[in-house]
Amino acid sequence: MDRVPILKLGDLLLVSIQVDLDDQSALALQEDLAQRIVNDSAHGVLIDITALEIVDSFIGRMLSTIASISAVLDAETVVVGMRPAVAITLVELGLSLGGVRTALNVDKGLAMLQRRTTIRE
Amino acid sequence: MLCPMANDGGTAARVGSMLRANREQLLGRWVQLIDEALRGRLTTPEIEGDCAPLLDAFAAALESGALTRHEGFDQARAMLSELARDRARMGFSPSETAATVFALKQAALDVLDVDSEYVALSTIVDDLALFTFESYVAARETVIGELAEQLLELSTPVIKLWDGVLAVPLVGTLDSARTQVVMEKLLQTLVDTGCDHAIIDITGVPAVDTQVAQHLLKTVVAARLMGAECVISGIRPQIAQTIVALGIEFGDIATKATLADALKLAIGAGTGAVDGNRSAS
Repeated sequence: MDRVPILKLGDLLLVSIQVDLDDQSALALQEDLAQRIVNDSAHGVLIDITALEIVDSFIGRMLSTIASISAVLDAETVVVGMRPAVAITLVELGLSLGGVRTALNVDKGLAMLQRRTTIRE
Repeated sequence: MLCPMANDGGTAARVGSMLRANREQLLGRWVQLIDEALRGRLTTPEIEGDCAPLLDAFAAALESGALTRHEGFDQARAMLSELARDRARMGFSPSETAATVFALKQAALDVLDVDSEYVALSTIVDDLALFTFESYVAARETVIGELAEQLLELSTPVIKLWDGVLAVPLVGTLDSARTQVVMEKLLQTLVDTGCDHAIIDITGVPAVDTQVAQHLLKTVVAARLMGAECVISGIRPQIAQTIVALGIEFGDIATKATLADALKLAIGAGTGAVDGNRSAS
């Protein structure tokens, strides 16, 4: 099973999902991320889904869950780079990714997280 | 021999009583012919339900001596229009629809003792006329299809209005197909330009019903999922009243009366002065 790499970037964690996730790896990512937030005392999580062509209800719920878990561990989650086709599919499925913040690209996501951290400090 | 029915009330009456006299046989054969032609797409009772009143109406109108374009035929013509509408909605072709009526002639030929050569010729002419008609309709539909396509391409520009602000001025009625095109184009432009604010201006949309509102909401939610904020602007007073009367909820989506107000909001949010909607959500 492929594990999705989690990169540390200052006090942020960067997760770039490059392959279509199966349910198993999605759950693994969820666990790894929770562990890393605690270990690295991260204050922000950036999930890049630019490469994802398919986001089904399971992955959608995983993103929501990750956001909730991070929020409990005092870290902000931003999902970036969602493709138009994916966004349209999610809307048609009636999923609005409750509680997940989104940005157009990694750049804007980083800016958003840094603004939050500055306000916090 | 020319068709006597077209210009002679007396003959019409004779034909009418002939239809009446042979009603059961004619109806049976007629229904059977249509059934064969439509190959089971309608059930026999359904066809009979259409045909029986038609045959009675024809017979009654003809017995009164009326000709096909006269008032006496109004009821029969109304029934035919209704039949044509039903068939069109069910996706039957013009020929199949007209053949439903033409089948009566074949039925009459089979049941009654008439001049078979004349009926044969008349069937051929009917077929030719039908073919011409169908080609005409097909050609018209091609033209309409092309126009609709052009309209789709023309009517959905996405404009960059300010640094980081896109605008979509919608003009004309919104249906599912158009909304889909607008949505895809807007979302793609958001990605391409990296703008994180979009203004959907509906000044040019003549009416907003629940379906249009649903389409707008979907577009806004999709843009949000991608990380861009949408403002809906150009809501005219009457439309505002309709929206409230219909009980449409725009939730936390910002709506503005004019494009100028929407632009002001978007620029303000872009510079970080007011991080309005996103920090609130």
